[in-house]
Amino acid sequence: MSPLPDLIFEISREGKTAHGLGASRVQSKPAIDPGLLRTAIAGFPQVSEVEIVRHYMALARLNYSLDQGLYPLGSCTMKYNPKINEKLASSEDFQAHPYAPHELVQGNLELMARLEEWLVALTGMAGFTCAPAAGAHGEFTGMLIVRKYLKEKGDPRRVVLIPDSAHGTNPSSAHFAGYEIREIPSNAEGIIDVEGLRPFLKDDVAALMMTNPNTLGIFEKNITAIADALHANGSLLYMDGANLNALLGIVRPGDLGVDVMHINLHKTFATPHGGGGPGSGPVGVAAHLLPFLPVPRVVKDGGKYGVVFAAPHSIGRIKNFYGQFLVMVRALAYLCSLGRENVRQVAEDAVLNANYLRKKLQDVLDLPYPTATLHEVVFSDKNLPVKTLDIAKRLLDYGFHPFTIYFPLIVHGAMMIEPTETESKETLDEFIAVMKKILLEAREQPDLLLQAPRQTPVRRLDETLAARQPVLKWRKGENR
Amino acid sequence: MRYLPLTDTAREEIKKAIGIDDCKELFKSIPADKSYFDLAAIPSALSEPELIAEFKAMGRKNFFPGYLSFLGAGAYAHFIPEVVAYLSAKGEFLTPYTPYQPEVSQGNLQAIFEYQTMMTMLTGLDVANASLYDGATAVAEAVLLAVRKSGRQRILLADSLHPEYSAVVRTYTQNLPIELVTVNVNEADGRINLNDLQAKLNDQTAALVFQSPNFLGVVEDSAVLAQAVHPQHAYAVQAVAEAMSLAYLRPAADFAVDVVAGEAQSFGLSLGFGGPYLGFMTAREEFLRQMPGRIVGQTKDLDGKRGYVLTLSTREQHIKREKAMSNICSNEAWCALRAGMYLATMGKDGLALAAGDSHLHAAYFVSKAAKSRQVRIVYQKNFYNEVLLEIKKGTAEAFLTALKKNKILAGVPLNWFYPTVSNRVLLAFSEVHSREDIDRLLQAMGEYS
Repeated sequence: MSPLPDLIFEISREGKTAHGLGASRVQSKPAIDPGLLRTAIAGFPQVSEVEIVRHYMALARLNYSLDQGLYPLGSCTMKYNPKINEKLASSEDFQAHPYAPHELVQGNLELMARLEEWLVALTGMAGFTCAPAAGAHGEFTGMLIVRKYLKEKGDPRRVVLIPDSAHGTNPSSAHFAGYEIREIPSNAEGIIDVEGLRPFLKDDVAALMMTNPNTLGIFEKNITAIADALHANGSLLYMDGANLNALLGIVRPGDLGVDVMHINLHKTFATPHGGGGPGSGPVGVAAHLLPFLPVPRVVKDGGKYGVVFAAPHSIGRIKNFYGQFLVMVRALAYLCSLGRENVRQVAEDAVLNANYLRKKLQDVLDLPYPTATLHEVVFSDKNLPVKTLDIAKRLLDYGFHPFTIYFPLIVHGAMMIEPTETESKETLDEFIAVMKKILLEAREQPDLLLQAPRQTPVRRLDETLAARQPVLKWRKGENR
Repeated sequence: MRYLPLTDTAREEIKKAIGIDDCKELFKSIPADKSYFDLAAIPSALSEPELIAEFKAMGRKNFFPGYLSFLGAGAYAHFIPEVVAYLSAKGEFLTPYTPYQPEVSQGNLQAIFEYQTMMTMLTGLDVANASLYDGATAVAEAVLLAVRKSGRQRILLADSLHPEYSAVVRTYTQNLPIELVTVNVNEADGRINLNDLQAKLNDQTAALVFQSPNFLGVVEDSAVLAQAVHPQHAYAVQAVAEAMSLAYLRPAADFAVDVVAGEAQSFGLSLGFGGPYLGFMTAREEFLRQMPGRIVGQTKDLDGKRGYVLTLSTREQHIKREKAMSNICSNEAWCALRAGMYLATMGKDGLALAAGDSHLHAAYFVSKAAKSRQVRIVYQKNFYNEVLLEIKKGTAEAFLTALKKNKILAGVPLNWFYPTVSNRVLLAFSEVHSREDIDRLLQAMGEYS
């Protein structure tokens, strides 16, 4: 018997209903050409309310979530999502229509302005837009800003430099902003240095996109020298702030020569990932790039908040309405709760936890870059009798979500571990013990790993089959 | 601090284990003159009760909840069953990451698979993706899709496309070799001007991108549009801002439309001041391997049991980097999951009822307002749930200000988007409006002079 509940279409029965709408008392006739109207939707669910609840509760039980336990996905910053923030974001007070007259939504506008102020204070950038919908959307916005700025200076240039340790969204975002990509090799320490950069720094280089700390968890210590070299070349420094959690209250990217950066509210600022989204990817810029920020912009004029919908140098609009507003509500609530007293502790604890895991696991796993790391650590599968994937799958049997696997690409069989600051030492000790046990099993009973997972609702799934013969929806009688 | 479980003792133990005395040693790779910056500019922490009070105070500055609203234009108020709010708020749905480990993510994967199925049922098209950011970015991605698939660079954009969607398309394509050409709309019926379409269509045209129901509220005759562009091997791409219309109007596939992309906020997502919402994309099968975003597919596990995975990932940035179909990574997964819950809960009958009432309430308003001396209904037929009003005397702003005094938000003024159109207002209706609500609007309009 399948451990998964039947599809909602398979439990559907003619005559059942879960909605509670009443009949309308408005008498009127359709005013549309009859040929444009549809008939009933064949196969659409007909299920009672109690069955809806049980269906989704059955699905809920099949998910591993942060609320259940450690979720150490490197560079994803899976930190605890405070419950009060959910309550605040679902308050009727914040559910206005986005085109409501501004005098009726002063609270919402104030909230966005306050979040931008917080982000400015934490990063040292001159200004922020909270419009981008996610990290990659922020990268794209940032690169459009770079391009518009350079274009108005006379030449948008052709090339964007990206380290080989970068996330795949970086080259993709720069590509859609019209740039060619040149990959910069990391040095033996796992970082970029000015000497390594120099040969690439030609007069057609628009910018370098640097993740800092990078995806190995290493702080790019040459950042200020790199910024100077870029600026001397007329190029800009973009910082991917996906890993800003490590720097919160420690250093402001704006003080390091960064021209543009994005951050992820769903990582550093504790908003829930929702199984893959929504995120929110605010973009911060240095003063010379302020005129290029996307519209709309929230502005304070006297005691009132207003909105600017057009600006002469702006890259334009990148999203409908204002952005992921209810994500912003949660992020601001998180920051207000942390306050001056705790922001730095977040970074310190995140880095302490990651270094504790590193210390305890470096005797049993290969550490390809011995350089000091901050919020995450990346091991390789060198000298192991099994693959990284097998270790990850065995972790599932022990009730832990695995780390990020096979990324960054410059590490063979990468295991990228980021515990975040919201895990206790007790949880880390448990994880370390399980990892050691699995590595012992790998030598003595490798089958336990090769056959893993066994304790999950389903076993390893055939991804090749899924891609070769795509079944992307239910069809009556065809999905069994 | 309650979100930080390390005790001071634990911190000391960790420091000892990793061989440091002070946390500052962890950050010594950061330039010393820049690190441990002064935190004075950062506000002090709020306790949980203080936080609640602070947000309540901000919320009290939003007077919107006290108003009867007929605002639409891309964001619509529809009734959300409590079951949807209850189930979607569960931590098991809210706090996982992207299902990279499918063995422990079957709940989300199956729910998205069900969502994809329902979106294809609504549009009649073959395949749906797992979500995009919102309606505007979904349309921008559809433009890029059409350009990729056709190998052509010319895109015709209907002038009746939501102005913010057009703006986002312009932003997305500003550095790409794509030519955007606007196609005019008939003043008489609010539909695309076919002569202008034919004049601008050529053998380099990748697609016509039109919205239906369009920004003026009018349902296009999609069959005519698809028939017009297909002989030139251009695609018919339909944008949808009001997804509820999909449950009332004949599916796009019946009219040979190739791609339908847009906004599905109407399916169970609160207005939320504009986000997070739900971009969707559905298309004919031949577009599948060029589509942006994540897609869930059915497969089997080692024991041959049915299961679900993210599939066709060679389209995506984590594999293809700068050659990917889109740079999207995080999407609107939770919104899609919630939309699936909403659609399943409303079901075949409930959705038809909500979608039907949305139109019938607009039709009721039109039948009554048609007799008005103060306003003119610009398009008296083939609207769905939005109605374009022309104010006979004075400006739209004056009209809206007068009704606002009666605690009514009587639509979105068109001059926000078209500065030269000073006397037109777009109103949206749905099942949430009672007959009394609409009568109250009509009465307040009658008193306006």
